[in-house]
Order: sequence, then structure tokens, then C-alpha cells
Amino acid sequence: MGIPRVFNKKNRILLAELTKTDFKLRYQGSVLGYLWALLRPLMMFAILYIVFAKLLRFGNNIPHYPVYLLCGTTMWSFFTECTSQGIQAMVVRGDLIRKISFPKYIVVISSTFTAVINMLINLLVIIIFAIINGVTPSLSWLLVPLSLLELYVLSLGITFLLGAINVKYRDITAIWDVCIQALFYAVPIIYPISMVIEVSPLAAKIILLNPIAQAIQDIRHNLITPMTTTTWEIIGNFWLQILPIILVIVLLILAALYFRKKSKFFAEEI
Amino acid sequence: MKTKTGTRQVIQNPNNDIAISVTKLYKSFKLPTERAYGVKQAIFNRIIGIKGYKKQNVLNGIDLEIKKGEFVGIVGRNGSGKSTLLKILAGIYYPEKGNITINGSLIPFIELGVGFNPELTGRENVYLNGALLGFSNKEIDEMYDEIVEFAELEDFMDQKLKNFSSGMQVRLAFSIAIKAEGDILVLDEVLAVGDEAFQVKCNQFFNKIKKDKSKTVILVSHSMASVRQFCSRAILIRNGRVEIDGTPEDVANSYSLENAQNFRSSTSDIPESKSIIKDLKINPLSSDQVTQKDSIKLDISYSVQENVDTFVAVTLWDIMRGQPLLNSNSKSHLCSGSGQKSLIFSTNLTELNDANIRVYVSIKNSVDETLVFAPDENSPTLILRRSDYPDANNKTTNAVLFNRGSFKINKD
Repeated sequence: MGIPRVFNKKNRILLAELTKTDFKLRYQGSVLGYLWALLRPLMMFAILYIVFAKLLRFGNNIPHYPVYLLCGTTMWSFFTECTSQGIQAMVVRGDLIRKISFPKYIVVISSTFTAVINMLINLLVIIIFAIINGVTPSLSWLLVPLSLLELYVLSLGITFLLGAINVKYRDITAIWDVCIQALFYAVPIIYPISMVIEVSPLAAKIILLNPIAQAIQDIRHNLITPMTTTTWEIIGNFWLQILPIILVIVLLILAALYFRKKSKFFAEEI
Repeated sequence: MKTKTGTRQVIQNPNNDIAISVTKLYKSFKLPTERAYGVKQAIFNRIIGIKGYKKQNVLNGIDLEIKKGEFVGIVGRNGSGKSTLLKILAGIYYPEKGNITINGSLIPFIELGVGFNPELTGRENVYLNGALLGFSNKEIDEMYDEIVEFAELEDFMDQKLKNFSSGMQVRLAFSIAIKAEGDILVLDEVLAVGDEAFQVKCNQFFNKIKKDKSKTVILVSHSMASVRQFCSRAILIRNGRVEIDGTPEDVANSYSLENAQNFRSSTSDIPESKSIIKDLKINPLSSDQVTQKDSIKLDISYSVQENVDTFVAVTLWDIMRGQPLLNSNSKSHLCSGSGQKSLIFSTNLTELNDANIRVYVSIKNSVDETLVFAPDENSPTLILRRSDYPDANNKTTNAVLFNRGSFKINKD
């Protein structure tokens, strides 16, 4: 199964229909409807901003810290939304899988597309905020899509792997919730990585080997301020520098193979 | 552990007149005994050495070849593997062993309501469903009006599906399945769809598609009347094997017989072990599929342990209608005393209507006390199908061909 077959016309149409359905259903029955896609991350940002920037006085030495923080929380929301929705997708669509034969990975991808759309809209908000905040547009913005792609590929890899296991062992949903909580603090989103460097440079290096941290720091670096500490700056060894990216690619390939092998039996096991 | 799995391939070859070919298809399920719903349970089971499942062989080597234009009925009792076969044909389940080739596009209609979403409108569901079946929006645009018209839901399509009645939902799903331009239609238990008017419409559709030589239909049904009416060929599946592959009439009769044999009565109140009658044997000398021209003939033998006069009572029981058709006994020729007894019972069937018949035999003493009642597994079952169809109305209603009386018109 090559890439052309994976996204042939039939599958593209199905992907579009399922994405449309997911998108429509997500905010159905709420008064503000789709506005929540914007409001939720903004509100979360407001809370974090009050607690960490105003009360705890984090990030005083980072220019444009509010936008910097918003950028981090938005990317983090994208990652958690993608994975949480994706892992659940097979179970949510269980009755479809039991009745019609179609490529199962489309269900997973379509469920992550809502998160992608939300993220892109939020990215627009970030850019507007950034410009208001005095960030000058630069050529480095063109590198941002690469990091976004990396973050998405990582989410897909996790989703394919855990989603396939979740069909049989529903504990994965709960376990992943806890993992996300732990990961949130392992990634420099609310705290600047400089705080870690002061305490232990080694710990900072390990933190930035995490692909999520690497991607988010890259986005902040290219979009908001070159003052952001990135993996490329802090780690000297070339092979260690590209380790996060290799990890992401290898994970996606292995996860996709595993998903393909298991997907034959989803209809029976779900 | 690594075994070669089965394959299912879909081809588009208009020159080949085989629509579906199945060779040596096997499928088994692991039925969890102690369901490992979570990681904890799975690890725990592994540690204490519980396998956690029981292997159930559902399909045991199905070979099947269906030509284009055939209308094939698949019958079989619950749990015989029909639905599993259908799901494998439709690509929902994966074949464990064996090969399947589907020639053309296949539209499944399995377990009422093909994955509708209650929060979407009827219209949106049609498009989503169409996409799942592999149609583009443009193709569905072309089919849309016909689908809605067939389902008779013109006024409801912009309502959310959750506001549809269950009958309306099924009508819509069924209309999509049959109006979608597929080459092979796979239908599971659909004949109870909708109200009477809709059923008439479905019957018309089935009669039309039966004549269409480019469409292939596979229908799973428990209604032998529809199998006889629509199918050009029928297949009886038993224990995951093709038991009979033949005309709808043959298969429908065998199926009725199979069901009749499984009918259990609860009248055996005297176990043979406690009775003075031993070795009650009922040996049918006639076929288990009979017409009004045949007769039923039974060789009944038993041995009496004490010095008691006995006689045999025979009841022909109509299983479907739940009533006796004939009661007869040999009281006028009492068998005297102990020892081995043997009798032949026979009756003709000229006055009986189509029926699935269970023959009950009991042995009584001279004062009509039942000494032993033949257990069910010892009671012959037979299927009576008249070949002359004396009266279409009588055929399906009355057990016996009653004299229907006559009218003398005095004033018109």
C-alpha cells in the first residue's frame, strides 16, 4: 500500500465527509458553537497568564512573554486534542466499523483534523496578538509549518499506536490522560527553559530532546522571539540534535505498521 | 504461531461472469471467558495462566461460487455462521484462512441501520453513508432524489436523524443500500423493514432485481416464503459449512426440517429408566419429506418388563401451528403381557395441509395410563409439502383441508 493508494479519490472523499461530520458535531448544542474552539484555549491562556506571569512572575526576561505563553499553550492543546481524540476515535466510531468495510486509518486521521483546523485558527489569533504585541514579521515564520508538521506527525504516531491498543484495552484512554498531565510539566510551556538551565543544564538538555519541547521551542523561536532557547542551541552533537526528529519519524512508521496489522481485527474486537 | 492468513480481493472484471468466489474459508473467534477489558486483567490472566478465551470455530471451510445475476438466499439457524460469512464477504471481518474474490462493487446492508449518526440530518447522513460506501458527492447528488423517494421521507430529510422513528431510519438505510449503484448487494435480515406499504415496495424491488442479470444479490433470511419467492438459488449453512446448495425449494424444506427437529416438547414426564417399558424404538419407514401422495409409516417396537397389557398411541403434532393433526392408538388390539412387541403404524396424508410434523409415540396400559413417552430425540420429524396446492388460502392457514362450504345465492 503506497501513499497514492492510501489517499486515493475514494478515501479522500471519505476523509472529507468524516472530518465535516466531526467538526459539525463537536460544538453542536452549545450556544456559542464554534466560538468555543477559540475561547477555550484563550481562557486557558488567561488562567496560566495570571498565575504564572503575574503571580509567579515567570518569563520576565523573555520578550513578548504573553504571546510566547499563548503560543506554547496553543501548541500543547493541539497535541493533547489530537491524541485524545485520535485514541478514542476507533471506539467512538465503533458501530461504523462493525457495519461497513473502509480503511480504518481514515477514522483516526479525520478525528485529528478537527484539532488541526482549531490549531490553524488559533495560530491566526497568535499572529494577530504577536503583531499587536510588537513582534515584527520575519522570514523565519516560513519555518513554522515544518515544526507544526513535526508536531502533527508525532501526534499521529502516538494516536495510531495507542488507538490500536485502545480497541482492546480501554485503559489506554485513562493512562494517556495521566501521561498528558505529566508531560505538561516536562515540557517548557508555562516555565521558561532558562529556569531549568540555571538549576541543571543537563536536565534542560534532556527536556529539549523531547520532540514536543523541541517543536514548540522552534515555533516560538521562529514566530515570536529568537531569544527562545532551542534544542539546536543547547545541544552540540549533530546526531543528538536531530534525535527528536528521527524519533518522530520512526514512531510514525512503526505505529502505522502496527495499526495496519491490528486494524484487520478491529471490527471483531471493538 | 505465524500462520498464513486468508485473503480478500476486490477486482473489476466485466468479462468474468463470477461475482463472488470463496474457497476454503475458515474463521474462528476467541470468545473471552473472563473478559480482559483492561491491562490489569490481561496481565493477571497471563500470570495465573488463564488463557482468557475459548476458541469458537464459526466457519469451517466454506466453498462458494456465485455467478453474476444470481439471487442467492443464505439460510441457516442462529449461530450457523451466516452473518459471519456475510461480514467477511463485505470485508468487515478478516478471513482467517481461505481466499475470497469479489468481482464488482459490493454494497452491504448488515444489521439494520448502516452506521447512521443521530445528530446529523437525514440529508447529511445520506452523504456520509454514500462516502462510506465509496461514492463521491457528485454520484450521491445523482442518486439522492431516488433514495429519498424510495424511502418516502421527502418531508423529513432536513430533520436530525434522532427525530426519525426507528422504522424511518431503517427505510432510509435500506433505500441507500438498494439505490446505490453497486454490482453486488449483500442483505442481512432486511425483510422486516418498514411498514406493510414499504414491504410491498421492497418486494417489487426484489422481483425486479431478480430479473436484472447484471446485479447479484445475497440475501440472508429466516423467512422461507421470501427465499422461495425471490431467490434463484439457496444455500443452507450448518455449523459453518455449506450443507445444501440447491434450489430454494429444497433448501427451504431442509431448513424447516432442521428447525422442526430442534423443537423440544416438555411432555416427557416419565423417564424411560423408571418405566416398565424398555427399548422403545421408533423407526420411520417413510421419507422425512413427503407430499400428500405419500404416507407415513413407522416401525414401533418396545419390550414390556411386567405382565401388563399395553397399546401404542401416536400423535402427529403440527409444530408450526402447535396443535395435534391426528391422534391414533392400537387400543383395539392390546398387546398382552410381557415381552418384545413390534407394530407398524401407517397413515396417508391426503387431507393434511403443508406442515412440519413431529410424531409422538407413547405406550399406555389398558386403563389409559401412560407408561412411557418417547423422548424428543427419538421422535421422528417430517415435512409435508403438498404438490397440488389445492387452495391458495387454505394452504397456509388451516392444518387440515376443511370443507369450506358453499354459497347458494338467493338474491343477487
